[in-house]
Amino acid sequence: MAQTPKIAVAMTVNGQDVSARLEARTLLVQYLREGLRLTGTHVGCDTSQCGACVVHVDGKAVKSCTILASQCEGAQVMTIEGLAHGDKLHPMQEAFREHHGLQCGFCTPGMIMTAVDIAQRLGTPDEHTIREELEGNICRCTGYHNIVKAIDAGCQEMAKGQHRQAAE
Amino acid sequence: MTKTGIGASVKRKEDQRFITGNGQYTDDVSRPGHVHAYFLRSPHAHAVIRRLDIAAAKGAPGVLGVFTGDDLAADKIGGLICGWMIHSKDGSAMKAGAHPALAQGKVRYVGDHVAVVIAETLAEARDGAEKIIVDYEVLPAVIDTAGAQAAKTQLHDVAPRNTVFEWAIGDKAATEAAFGAAHHVTKIDLVNNRLVPNAMEPRAAIGEYDPGQGAYTLWTTSQNPHVARLVLSAFIGIAPENKLRVIAPDVGGGFGSKIFIYAEETVAVWASKKVGRPVKWVSDRTEAFLSDAHGRDHVTHAELAMDAKGKILGLRVKTIANLGAYLSTFSSSVPTYLYATLLSGQYDIPAIYAEVDAVYTNTAPVDAYRGAGRPEATFVVERIIETAARQMGLDPADLRKRNFVRKFPHQTPVIMMYDAGDYRASLDKAMEIADVKGFGKRKREAARRGRLRGLGYSTYIEACGIAPSQAVGSLGAGVGLWESAEVRVNPTGSVEVLTGSHAHGQGHETTFAQLVSERLGVPMESINIVHGDTDKVQFGMGTYGSRSGAVGMSAIVKALDKVEAKAKKVAAHLLEASEADIDFKDGKFTVKGTDKSVAFADVALNAYVAHKFPTSEIEPGLKEGAFYDPTNFTFPAGCHICEVEIDPETGVTEIANYTAVDDFGVLINPMIVEGQVHGGIAQGIGQALTEGAVYDASGQLLTASYMDYCMPRADNLPSFKLGFTETRCPSNPLGIKGCGEAGAIAAPAAVMNAMTDALGTEAVTMPATPQAVWKVAQSQQKLAAAE
Repeated sequence: MAQTPKIAVAMTVNGQDVSARLEARTLLVQYLREGLRLTGTHVGCDTSQCGACVVHVDGKAVKSCTILASQCEGAQVMTIEGLAHGDKLHPMQEAFREHHGLQCGFCTPGMIMTAVDIAQRLGTPDEHTIREELEGNICRCTGYHNIVKAIDAGCQEMAKGQHRQAAE
Repeated sequence: MTKTGIGASVKRKEDQRFITGNGQYTDDVSRPGHVHAYFLRSPHAHAVIRRLDIAAAKGAPGVLGVFTGDDLAADKIGGLICGWMIHSKDGSAMKAGAHPALAQGKVRYVGDHVAVVIAETLAEARDGAEKIIVDYEVLPAVIDTAGAQAAKTQLHDVAPRNTVFEWAIGDKAATEAAFGAAHHVTKIDLVNNRLVPNAMEPRAAIGEYDPGQGAYTLWTTSQNPHVARLVLSAFIGIAPENKLRVIAPDVGGGFGSKIFIYAEETVAVWASKKVGRPVKWVSDRTEAFLSDAHGRDHVTHAELAMDAKGKILGLRVKTIANLGAYLSTFSSSVPTYLYATLLSGQYDIPAIYAEVDAVYTNTAPVDAYRGAGRPEATFVVERIIETAARQMGLDPADLRKRNFVRKFPHQTPVIMMYDAGDYRASLDKAMEIADVKGFGKRKREAARRGRLRGLGYSTYIEACGIAPSQAVGSLGAGVGLWESAEVRVNPTGSVEVLTGSHAHGQGHETTFAQLVSERLGVPMESINIVHGDTDKVQFGMGTYGSRSGAVGMSAIVKALDKVEAKAKKVAAHLLEASEADIDFKDGKFTVKGTDKSVAFADVALNAYVAHKFPTSEIEPGLKEGAFYDPTNFTFPAGCHICEVEIDPETGVTEIANYTAVDDFGVLINPMIVEGQVHGGIAQGIGQALTEGAVYDASGQLLTASYMDYCMPRADNLPSFKLGFTETRCPSNPLGIKGCGEAGAIAAPAAVMNAMTDALGTEAVTMPATPQAVWKVAQSQQKLAAAE
């Protein structure tokens, strides 16, 4: 069998410049998990429904199982591991802990990355909107009740943070 | 109550690693030089393998080994087992067909394991598998649960009429007599739809062989790693227990599906020695749909005998339970002792008789899924009582009240001895929270908008805290169902608790620590809960059946009792007082009636330094272990009320209100308990409205991805209204009953009682998808127009 062709890929992941020669078919999630050992991004399905693999690419939520690593050439990628500032958790991470928005933790990284994206796009949406925005993220443990509460609280906190920044 | 003690909603200790992406699930484990396994699975539901040619696959790029059932047999690797013996009415043992980890001559469901390819990369393993040539002689498939016994095709030579067992419970003659005296008989036919558990983390395994030690290590997505080791060692024959370490690290949800010992981990650990490299297998989602043990799949006819005043006289039930193509690890117990023993519900029913026929079909094995038997029982009891109330023109809440068990202990006609409860209290509280009084107004208001609004109750009971070992042994269980704990106090006063329970979302690292913190006065951050590793924890039975609070924590209590007793002896020497005069409270040992005291940490240090007491009388150190065997099941119960609103033009159902009032006994951490209830309800609503595993007549699974199997999303569900009542469980030291499964047990009946109320007919089946509901709504409208 012919050797699968490899291509050079370079991007920024959680603020670090990284580059590699990868098989062209390598998905972003494979590169993150296996190449960079950033195993916080999870794979829960084969069909882009579950959202456990959501990361940010150039500031937008993207399912990393549905994009090739090579499509992220030159991109700014942020994973769950890059969300906190050192020991200081991101307000959305805090909100998930505060409101018991996770149980087994498997869907959580994707949920949090999606939630941050929701806050960035919509500010402080109502419960109905949050539920509709979660269409692409499946959780089997929580019944979403506390995830919705956590996202609501996290959105409020992020909005306050922006007000503070604006005031300063 | 202290800030972190029993009853406090302490934030979870485990969350830090999960919200920062630092959890360590099996697929996150990377071993030096590990290679990848890919299973070639049967594309046919039922076929004889005429020829299996692996020569080309063996030579494919990157392939290190290709193995079949013959290789396992040559190494004397045994088949997968079912650990619960059920006897039929005629006394004969259940008919267990052979269940090889890799097929031997025949495949019996789509997804059955034909061969494994092990290669440097997963892509190479998949490519290699494509070079395997299999010549199948396709046989007719048996799919239909109700039709399996009459099918011309037989799956296993040992099981005529595809029947595993024909089992019965209760007093047949007394029940016939009750029906003879009945004023009214309600009859109902129910299908309890087949579900796929769908933990978000797919199953995975890494096997590794250490030739220096002659020992294996298996990382696996297990709810009970010690049971996995026992089965892999004693029955399957991988290695003796002392040469097999099983580690279940962070596990991303289980819901029952990760109790069982499957082909994949068996093969991965065995093959690691064959290829001389660690072998990793990770299920993809479609493989999970095909090969994880499914749940439910009952077809039931039930009849309820009532007197003229609405008092229940008797219940008779006939159920056919589909167990799939092979008997999974605990499958036989689910439609028998976990099901029919709960058919008395919350009611005082003088006579019950139930027959259960279990059948083989060419579908994935069926085993315990969240609730395991108890959701099926609750669905029968709560659907038939609601139907009886409607037929007799009685209020469904009143009919329930008339029949509630009021005196405890209460012996049902189907084995169980209910120990404590107040069913009226949870019903009343739920009716108040759900504002049942205002329902009529809401229904009228909905009608003005062209919507059909309905309300349904589910006053459920379940048996948890599984289980008294002797009792389950007498019913056929192959194991005891106690739990173990070890409390290790370090010299500096920090504490490690080793438990045989396993957490995969339940928050044991927090709740178990709350118990220890309260008892020893040690801060939460100084307590570590250790679980999931057979090299650390000596033995344990794992987590399922809502047993970890009632059984697992009770074992910790026993160990803590011993730690306290030993520490008191040491403290007595330190305080130069008699042991009988020592009190222990808030982390301090005090001499009664004096201000002389010593802190727990100082006692711990002195226990290890061992300078101040005679070691001829007191051994140094502070470490105690305990095994706790429960004396009874526990009986969580409660009342769930669901209110739905249906758009008859589209068939779309909205859960307008969902109220749950549960009696779980003492709550350790209400925040975590509420989370368990939320998740259970969501799975129950999923069963009622969206989820269903569907095989076509040839045995192809039509619902093998999230495109086709409808998992509840956030916008399918409401926020839930929760309440609690409390009657202490008398059979364990903490008074805990268990909370993990209640939602999934109660919800399907509550939702379907609301659906049938809204639509005005009992002829609504699960899952009540928009299409199904639309059809019923249309035919109801036609009926109404004709009248």
